[in-house]
Amino acid sequence: MPRPSPIAMFAIAAALAATVAGCSSSTSASTSTSTSTAAGSTITYWASDQGSSIADDHTVLNPELAKFTKQTGIKVKLEVIGWPDLLNRITAATASGQGPDVVNIGNTWSASLQATGALLPWSSQNFSAIGGESKFVSSAVGSTGAAGKPPAAVPLYSVAYALYYNKALFQQAGIAGPPVTWADLIADGKKLTHGSVYGLALEAGSIPENIHNAFIFAQQHGCSFFSPSGAPTYTLPGCVQGVQQFVNLMGTDKIVSPGDAEYDQNQSVSDFASGKAAMLMWQAAGANLKAHGMSTSQYGVAPVPVQSGVPGQGTSVDSMVAGINMAIFKDTHNLAAAEKFVQFMTSPAEQTILSKEYGSIPPVSAAQQNAAFATPELTVLKNVLATSAVAMPQVAGESQFEQLVGTAVKNLFADAVSGPVSAQTVEQQLSSAQQQMTG
Amino acid sequence: MHSLGGKVAARRAPMAPPRSFIWTRRIVLTVLTIFALLPLYVMVSSSLKPLQDVTGTFRWIPSPITFSSYIQMWQTVPLAQYFVNSLIVCTCAAALSVLVATFAAYAVSRYRFRGRRVFTLVVLSTQMFPGILFLLPLFLIFVSIGNATGITLLGSRTGLIITYLTFSLPFSIWLLVGYFDSIPRGLDEAAWVDGCGPLRALFRVVIPAAIPGIITVAIYAFMTAWGEVLFASVMTNDTTRTLAVGLRDYSTQNDVYWNQIMAASIVVSIPVVVGFLLMQRFLVTGLTAGSVK
Amino acid sequence: MAPASTPTPAPVHPARTRARAGGGGHRATARRRGPGRLRRIGLPYLLLLPALLFELLVHLVPMVVGVLISFKALTQLYLTQWVHAPWAGLGNYRIVVDFNGAIGQALLHSFVVTCAFTAIAVSLSWLFGCAAAILAQDSFRGRGLLRAIFLTPYALPAYTSVITWAFMFQYNNGLINYVLHNELGITSSPTFWLLGDNSFIALVTVSVWRNWPFAFLVVMAGLQSIPRELYEAAAIDGAGVRQQIRLITMPSLRPVNQVLVLVLFLWTFNDFTTPYVLFGNGAPPPADVISMHIYDASFLTWNFGEGSAMSVLLLLFLLVVSGGYLLFTSRRRNA
Repeated sequence: MPRPSPIAMFAIAAALAATVAGCSSSTSASTSTSTSTAAGSTITYWASDQGSSIADDHTVLNPELAKFTKQTGIKVKLEVIGWPDLLNRITAATASGQGPDVVNIGNTWSASLQATGALLPWSSQNFSAIGGESKFVSSAVGSTGAAGKPPAAVPLYSVAYALYYNKALFQQAGIAGPPVTWADLIADGKKLTHGSVYGLALEAGSIPENIHNAFIFAQQHGCSFFSPSGAPTYTLPGCVQGVQQFVNLMGTDKIVSPGDAEYDQNQSVSDFASGKAAMLMWQAAGANLKAHGMSTSQYGVAPVPVQSGVPGQGTSVDSMVAGINMAIFKDTHNLAAAEKFVQFMTSPAEQTILSKEYGSIPPVSAAQQNAAFATPELTVLKNVLATSAVAMPQVAGESQFEQLVGTAVKNLFADAVSGPVSAQTVEQQLSSAQQQMTG
Repeated sequence: MHSLGGKVAARRAPMAPPRSFIWTRRIVLTVLTIFALLPLYVMVSSSLKPLQDVTGTFRWIPSPITFSSYIQMWQTVPLAQYFVNSLIVCTCAAALSVLVATFAAYAVSRYRFRGRRVFTLVVLSTQMFPGILFLLPLFLIFVSIGNATGITLLGSRTGLIITYLTFSLPFSIWLLVGYFDSIPRGLDEAAWVDGCGPLRALFRVVIPAAIPGIITVAIYAFMTAWGEVLFASVMTNDTTRTLAVGLRDYSTQNDVYWNQIMAASIVVSIPVVVGFLLMQRFLVTGLTAGSVK
Repeated sequence: MAPASTPTPAPVHPARTRARAGGGGHRATARRRGPGRLRRIGLPYLLLLPALLFELLVHLVPMVVGVLISFKALTQLYLTQWVHAPWAGLGNYRIVVDFNGAIGQALLHSFVVTCAFTAIAVSLSWLFGCAAAILAQDSFRGRGLLRAIFLTPYALPAYTSVITWAFMFQYNNGLINYVLHNELGITSSPTFWLLGDNSFIALVTVSVWRNWPFAFLVVMAGLQSIPRELYEAAAIDGAGVRQQIRLITMPSLRPVNQVLVLVLFLWTFNDFTTPYVLFGNGAPPPADVISMHIYDASFLTWNFGEGSAMSVLLLLFLLVVSGGYLLFTSRRRNA
């Protein structure tokens, strides 16, 4: 008797359920356990890709995390996320309320993330749980959120831009030392540019590199892209001139290879290491250059040039305050454990170890004195951070600013490959970027 | 006039084609072959070059030829783990997609019910949805489900499987309806006469007759899932990362390991290319069975 | 023959029968035996249920949520509480269609680029596919191998084949510049393919390379249903090859081509993976197709309200075009 089997129905349902169950994974790394005591719990930590590869970061961090677990009994679940995905993952975590307990963020993202309200504000109470705000270098704390509000993150690693120059090529061209002003650099660059060798390598296809450099050039011309009240002012003459000067290093002065307009995977560093370019402006390139086989005796490090005079504050800044901050998600189930972890990572001992591995400067004053940070390269960086670095705009729209103006500069470089870029073109691009700023 | 699932016996026309046709054919097909093969050649030859050759001036023939990238690629990036993740996700998505699509296609093909046309239209219109529109909402929904029921969909393979199986459903249902329609209902009837219910008829009679279509749908679903990048980048984490996202890690802070990228690309492509070439004739049959109206 | 007690008001409609040999001949005669009428009524719905549930979960409900978001001002300020984000009414839509404003202008530009891209890429894909299918119709030595070679680009996952093209299009060491500049000397200096105006050509090339095999496959399928006798009769009548193609092949392929063109159009218009892998974040303006543009406008600038509005407009456009196309083609068929 043909009974259209309820059995068959259940079989279908069961088959489906079983297949789904069988195919599902039991891993879920995004939520933390909800315990009120710190010891014995597990927290989740999203680290950024600081080393030469993601695998490298695991190698560096795992021993330190093991140390932490031994000291406190708190387990740390580590996930290292590459830069292309980190902001998307943080966005998704913010929107969903399901994220890690502790996360690394690019310090320029601090103000934007602060505006989402997803990060734990570092009130004096929270600061005292990790040793107080004063243990950090003040310039680093300046890049942790909007002024007048408690910081959204604490500094973890500090870097700055410096000018790296190839000693052998300089010698061959008869140049005594690194350039101090842009006029010097352009003159030197022209001497160094011949055949397939160029004076300066730029990562002109990379949005972050473009925005950092454009910001500094604009600062040197007296413009900071935002008014004191936080309104975008991209088309002020200072900003236009600054950006124009920057892209015309390729367009007019021709000391940058046109091919650099495509670079956005650190090819400029490779070019410098292989001698195809004589100068490079980069954040703490030492580790990278070492991986390319360039020894420290082959290159020199100097501050990035200024318009005139020597590096300092105001219009003589020559680097943005770069670095990585560490933030706690407000929704964390285990604040005590998370704060303990932040305290551990910002302790002078750990700061020394980690910054040594990553080639950065520890933003914790006590650790900065360590001899490991007295190499020629790091001395220059320390000096720059202390005297001539300025923080990127700490406004809620900072992420948008980076994306829009960085892209505008990238497009301007695409024009620069064929010749000088006019101020009008620059203003057009910046104006379009400004109009797209919302919220 | 021709058989289901088979190629028409290719006989030459009684009059041989003129020479101009033969030459046109030769030229056009040669050009297309070069066009198709060029990147494939680049993939293979680049995977055999050492890193400095592949980032330096281009050369046609790799010399020296080295297989080191095939070995190093497993260490630079946890490729094996990504491979396993992709295999699990895609196989499950394909299996479930086949199951769900088979049931749905059987209903659409064999029954006339209210809402049949609406269902077909809705399913077809999902092809037009821009993925970017429902990426964040889907993410938010998975989170809500996770909070409400405790089933973790985010960062787990389940969430990705559910997503991928649904992406391939419209095409799968469409193809299977075409296949089922071409299976005579006399077969169903014979089964009923034998005492089977419609479901058993489905399993006993219809599915076996539509095996080519089912294989096609399975491979199509597998291919679609294997190649998807956007949703994988947001919905996976360290442990569940698939190949689509994982291959990006070959571009590290220091270098872009092009030779390893190419080697990994070749290895990663083999399952889908082999599968597709095996099933493409069934795809042809399915398309003729279904689409020509 | 279909279960007579299913909820059908009428017997099987002839138009619903796919035109295949042996399809549903014996219809009205079978009589249902056995009880379970209710179950029978419920069975098709039950069979559909899983598909419906998955479609709801993954496609339809997120779509509705996406449409809702387009009416809210969802920026990073409200991301944590997106349900409570303020309603913007039609505000987002007004901004994105204001072609005097920067955002609207950029969207319009992107739309035009995408239309041009789709028109050219689909035409070329279809042309290559048709040509190859027709030319490879007769069997000759190596045809199987040729078909395998032609189909492989379609089978390769996008992130492997497109990254290879990005590698080939590099300014400094890419194969394209090497061949054009170093070997053939066609251009006096290397050209940029991933930046500037040529990026459009690069995008079209990659899209055609990936999609024409699908056209090839589908047209091949369609050709198989054309009876040989037609060609033989025409040949006897003295028609040359070109005439045969024009008078027999193309008209017979029309139904296949109609579906093929629609499918190619939808896939190409919505293609995100190809430009994303080819250009990374921030596509060059000449190749700023709409899928990338919306991604840049929402994920990278944290403005999900506007991004959703753009997506909804895109969807409406595609619905209108597809609907119009289907109406037009079915009318031609019935005429």
